[in-house]
Amino acid sequence: MLRLPRFRLIEPRSVYQAVVARAEFGEDAAYVAGGTDLYPNMKRRQQTPATVVALPRIAELEEIGGTPEVGMRIGAGVTLARLARHPLLSEYYPAVARAAALVSTPPLRNMGTIGGNLLLDTRCNYYDQTYEWRRAIDFCMKKDGDICWVAPSSPRCWAVQSSDGAPVAVALDAEVTLASVKGARRIRAAELYRNDGIRHLAKEPGELLVSYILPPLGAWRATYVKLRRRGSFDFPVLGVAARVDFAPDGAVTGARVVLGAVASCPLELPAATQALVGRRLDEESVAAAADAAYHAAKPMDNTDFTLSWRKEMVRVLVRRALEQLWG
Amino acid sequence: MTDGGRGRGRERGTTGGGLRVVGTSRPRVDAAAKVTGQLRFADDLALPRMLHAKLLRSPVPHARIARIDTARAAAHPGVLAVLTGRDLPIPYGILPVSRDEHALCVDRVRFVGDAVAAVAALDEETAAEACALIDVEYEPLPAIATIAEALATREPRIHDHADDGNVHKHVSLEFGDVDAAMAGADLVRDDVFFYEGSTHLPMEQHAALADWSSEGRLTVWSSTQTPHYVHRALATVLELPPAHVRVIATPNGGAFGGKSDPFGHEMAVAALARRTGRPVKICLTREEVFYCHRGRHPTLMRIRTGVRRDGSIVAMDFTSLLDGGAYGSYGVASTYYTGALQTVTYRVPHYRFRGARVFTNKPPCGPKRGHGTPQPRFAVECQLDRIAEQLALDPAEMRRRILQPPESVTANWLRIGSMGLGRCIDAVVDASGWRDKFRRLPYGRGVGLACSSYISGAGLPIYWNAMPHSGVQLKLDRSGGVTAFSGSTDIGQGSDSVLAYCVAEVLGIEPVDIRVVTGDTDLTPVDLGSYSSRVTLMMGNAAIDAAERARELLAAPVAATLAVPRERLVFAGRRVFDAERPEHGMSFAEAVQVGESALGTIGTVGSYTPPRSPGRYKGAGVGPSPAYSYSCAVAEVEVEPDSGIVRVPKVWIAHDIGRAINPLLAIGQVEGSVYMGLGEALMEEMTYRDRQRNVVHHHPSMLEYKSITTLEMCDVETMLIEEPDPEGPFGAKEVGQGPLLPIPPAVANAVHDAVGVRIDQVPCSPHAVMRALRDKARGKEGRYGPVSFPDHDFPPPARVPTPEQGGDGREADRRAHAEVGGGAPREARAGETIAARAPEPRRR
Amino acid sequence: MTQPVQIEAPPRQKVQAAFVVNGERHEIAFAPHKTLLEVLREDLALTGTKHGCELGECGTCLVLVDGVPVLSCLALALSYAERPIATVEGMARAGELHPLQQAFAELGAAQCGYCTPGFLLAASALLAERPRPTRDEIRDALSGSLCRCTGYHKIIEAIELAAERMAAAREREAP
Repeated sequence: MLRLPRFRLIEPRSVYQAVVARAEFGEDAAYVAGGTDLYPNMKRRQQTPATVVALPRIAELEEIGGTPEVGMRIGAGVTLARLARHPLLSEYYPAVARAAALVSTPPLRNMGTIGGNLLLDTRCNYYDQTYEWRRAIDFCMKKDGDICWVAPSSPRCWAVQSSDGAPVAVALDAEVTLASVKGARRIRAAELYRNDGIRHLAKEPGELLVSYILPPLGAWRATYVKLRRRGSFDFPVLGVAARVDFAPDGAVTGARVVLGAVASCPLELPAATQALVGRRLDEESVAAAADAAYHAAKPMDNTDFTLSWRKEMVRVLVRRALEQLWG
Repeated sequence: MTDGGRGRGRERGTTGGGLRVVGTSRPRVDAAAKVTGQLRFADDLALPRMLHAKLLRSPVPHARIARIDTARAAAHPGVLAVLTGRDLPIPYGILPVSRDEHALCVDRVRFVGDAVAAVAALDEETAAEACALIDVEYEPLPAIATIAEALATREPRIHDHADDGNVHKHVSLEFGDVDAAMAGADLVRDDVFFYEGSTHLPMEQHAALADWSSEGRLTVWSSTQTPHYVHRALATVLELPPAHVRVIATPNGGAFGGKSDPFGHEMAVAALARRTGRPVKICLTREEVFYCHRGRHPTLMRIRTGVRRDGSIVAMDFTSLLDGGAYGSYGVASTYYTGALQTVTYRVPHYRFRGARVFTNKPPCGPKRGHGTPQPRFAVECQLDRIAEQLALDPAEMRRRILQPPESVTANWLRIGSMGLGRCIDAVVDASGWRDKFRRLPYGRGVGLACSSYISGAGLPIYWNAMPHSGVQLKLDRSGGVTAFSGSTDIGQGSDSVLAYCVAEVLGIEPVDIRVVTGDTDLTPVDLGSYSSRVTLMMGNAAIDAAERARELLAAPVAATLAVPRERLVFAGRRVFDAERPEHGMSFAEAVQVGESALGTIGTVGSYTPPRSPGRYKGAGVGPSPAYSYSCAVAEVEVEPDSGIVRVPKVWIAHDIGRAINPLLAIGQVEGSVYMGLGEALMEEMTYRDRQRNVVHHHPSMLEYKSITTLEMCDVETMLIEEPDPEGPFGAKEVGQGPLLPIPPAVANAVHDAVGVRIDQVPCSPHAVMRALRDKARGKEGRYGPVSFPDHDFPPPARVPTPEQGGDGREADRRAHAEVGGGAPREARAGETIAARAPEPRRR
Repeated sequence: MTQPVQIEAPPRQKVQAAFVVNGERHEIAFAPHKTLLEVLREDLALTGTKHGCELGECGTCLVLVDGVPVLSCLALALSYAERPIATVEGMARAGELHPLQQAFAELGAAQCGYCTPGFLLAASALLAERPRPTRDEIRDALSGSLCRCTGYHKIIEAIELAAERMAAAREREAP
């Protein structure tokens, strides 16, 4: 039986208690909500926090508030299952609900939270392995080693952003609130991520993701398309989140196409935006956007499937995503 | 659904009075235990004072062990014993010709994951901590990662017992005259195929518990398919009298061939139990299960087939190269199996087979469901599809015309009994609407068809002996209850149920009246194990034998008591009665009491030994079977042209099972086989990184080893075809493995029908389909697969005249040496096959 | 505002907690880093809950908490203290099989039986929410559990059969 390492467990009952506890135990502590990301990583000794600050008993993290008119606020502790079937969210923010519904498996969606999903550790074929396996290749730079096996001459880690929710958050231009002993702050989702496999989050380590804030409804539509081997279990090998803003005449006034699972952060595609803005969504503009995405995407050997096929699929999936929005 | 049997005369076990139990669908005998969580698997067992074991495994693919220092581990609080290879120096291996494994590596490690030390501690965590405190110094050796590297690297040798360099085993056989026959063909196709390795992935991780008694007797509970072979290996490695070793096979939580070798962890817990005097348990992690492996050999194949215009085969020349991994395992047999059964489905009058298995520094390959035969079946069936296309024939109709006839002997001397493949083809063609679909569906959708055959048990045992392959013992109780003992092991296939059904049928009682005791080497007579689809046929026949003897024993005193002639007695409905006056009789319990009063305690035994095969050449030991099952499948696919993703909405499959002893369970076996075949066809692969990355397993996890979920599984329409075989119990043949075989080629053929490209390798990944589609769009051949076959020097083939040529089953040049006066006993000749080349090591 | 006191469990000491499994309350002392899977199997001897990877990748160890399927291998035991947990051992009542168990047995939905407890519990949660699920709903609900024996067909058919029988029983009981 693969087991967790020993750790000090703290179960705070409030956000305040949580951030205080986290500050007290410093760098060697980690937050955990559903446990579906951290605990497997701990069992494989990818992460070995001496202290775990467990969040499931904090009621304020489980609230869903607001309205589509003013925007909605989702507590970071809301499970993916609850989010996926929430009536307002599935009706007005189908991309958000859909991305949540596509994560992993039904029992893990009952456990995993939206906060955990947005902060999912980056993944890699050379990293998401047991300690013994990683030892056999003398580890990698993300944990215990010096080299990036995906690109051995690279100075950086190429572990891949694998959350379904993150590209959607960036495409929607959603926001998150972060709390720490220093207080709370609210940032754009895009500011949360960095294109570095190791330091992939821009938040301070002690900051706790408290809520996920969706923008008010407007003249925009958004969607999320996921590519993976099986219809369940698998992380994305490619995710495409797209938000398109329309003028009353149907012209595109704004567009954000964001790729998941091709970089260490959700990858925004300004070239795709350029290909769409000022035009209508039609075969030609969509093909141009898909082409721009294809050229920008550089998948690496860090997930399932071959690189060349994943790159080919960028064009196909971007097209499929945008086609969903022109109806 | 089943169709009525078209028996040719009586099969074993039938009485002529009609079957009451056999042929009816009913829950398995252990169903309630399985749905309530009461069934105890190996890791569910616990004994007082039990310790927990962990193994330390090699982080390098190939190295000499320069030094092992266990002092820190031994001193770790809570650790009771630490073992290394030196504590268990005697080698073992499932085949007598390749006893190349050690419980723990002695002086060399051969793959990442090879076990080098074992620790017993108060709990599992402590044992794991102690493993990390064992210091091992490795002197690296060059590692071999692929077939090509193995062929190119003569030194260092992974094993000195290999035939040549790192070629573990060479096989080279020719039946008839292939070149001459090929010259007369209207069309000769020459194709190369690759079938990727895959693993069993049983849901239950291997576990074993050992208990050492102070009298010096050892008991090992293990999730094994082959308690008998584990028993032998434990006695050898631990240097114990076999009579003092008891192996109990716990119910297997899935096995599929992955639990049919003796494993180092079984030896290690036994030795740790002896060392500590306490029970010791181990349960492997999922990663370790990948390292146990013994799964499908990655196999590169070249197949040349000559045919006439009508599709009939004039000759076939088949060559296979198998990536064996680091140890022998069943590999010699696997190699032969890649060449053995090509002749069993279609008539192949002249046949050449050359095969080589190489050693590589990866977990050992061995027998996975279909053992060595899905790979060549993929090659044969994909090539036949091309041949039909080139000859402008319907692939189903063409196959229908070229079948090997029933009651015949093939060119390579396999004796065929019943043969229902033609009926299987007809059934799936009708059910699937083949004629309306093939070459008629819109672009992106297609159907493909493939056939196959499989053995119902191997004709020879793994180690040479003249004893039965299966034994059953019955104890009849005056209560009317019967206990059936057999060494067979239920791995989920339902063998415990088959045992109860066979006994119940013959004695005229209900399965629920029978208690089955199985897989316990102290209590049960030997059955060789749950492999090669042998159990229903062999154990079933042994059960019938034992039950018929019991019926005969009871018949005389009961006939006397009832004053009815013996031959008029009927055993049915828990009664024994006069066939002419059914009301005149007694209950079965009374019959046992009458029998016990007259004869004393009633117990009987039964056994089964397969018939002798006509083949006498070296290598004739692999392929013969008492009976061959047949399958034909049609797969319907949808291919996304812009992604290459293949979905399989439905499979129609017909399986000639001879007789379905329990149609419900038989259909379950077919559906499970389709599932596993579909996984291999679409996504399952056991692959490794290259030498620069230490030949580590690509991703030994349930997440990244892609096993089909409820969302990808196809609909399956199963048709059981009953072509009873005279060798089978009630006519039954196998069903657990054969139905896997036609699935990968049926899918590949359907992909061609859908989008016009040939995928000549398994799995049929979207990447492969996309590449082939792109090539086709560019005017090239729309094909994805291996482009060449290595130029490898095989030994010249041993030439064996075929039955049609008037051969006697021996090699041509050995006929002159045939013993005068039939001197050699049958054993010696049969023993010239793989089984007898290495004698059993002498035991103290 | 006063907050309830937080729980703190140091790494090398055992903690005491109560688990309510199948309606029975068990107070035990155990190491705080143990998962619910480990506590069920090792501390409560409820070995009906099986395990296949301990990483959340197979669904074998699925149990119900508050009627909701969760994977016990990734559930920190301490976080599930005092909450109603259902395992396969609690499905049969007074020796009588649950309709799902009955249907699984009858239709051969358990071959080796190892994944069966997880599938039964996932199915019971589904039927509690959707008494007459469509085949696609069944496939979705079970898509987090792997079975290597059956190809899932008999499992899906058994759930349909059980749903039918349970619906009929409800109708009979309805006034």
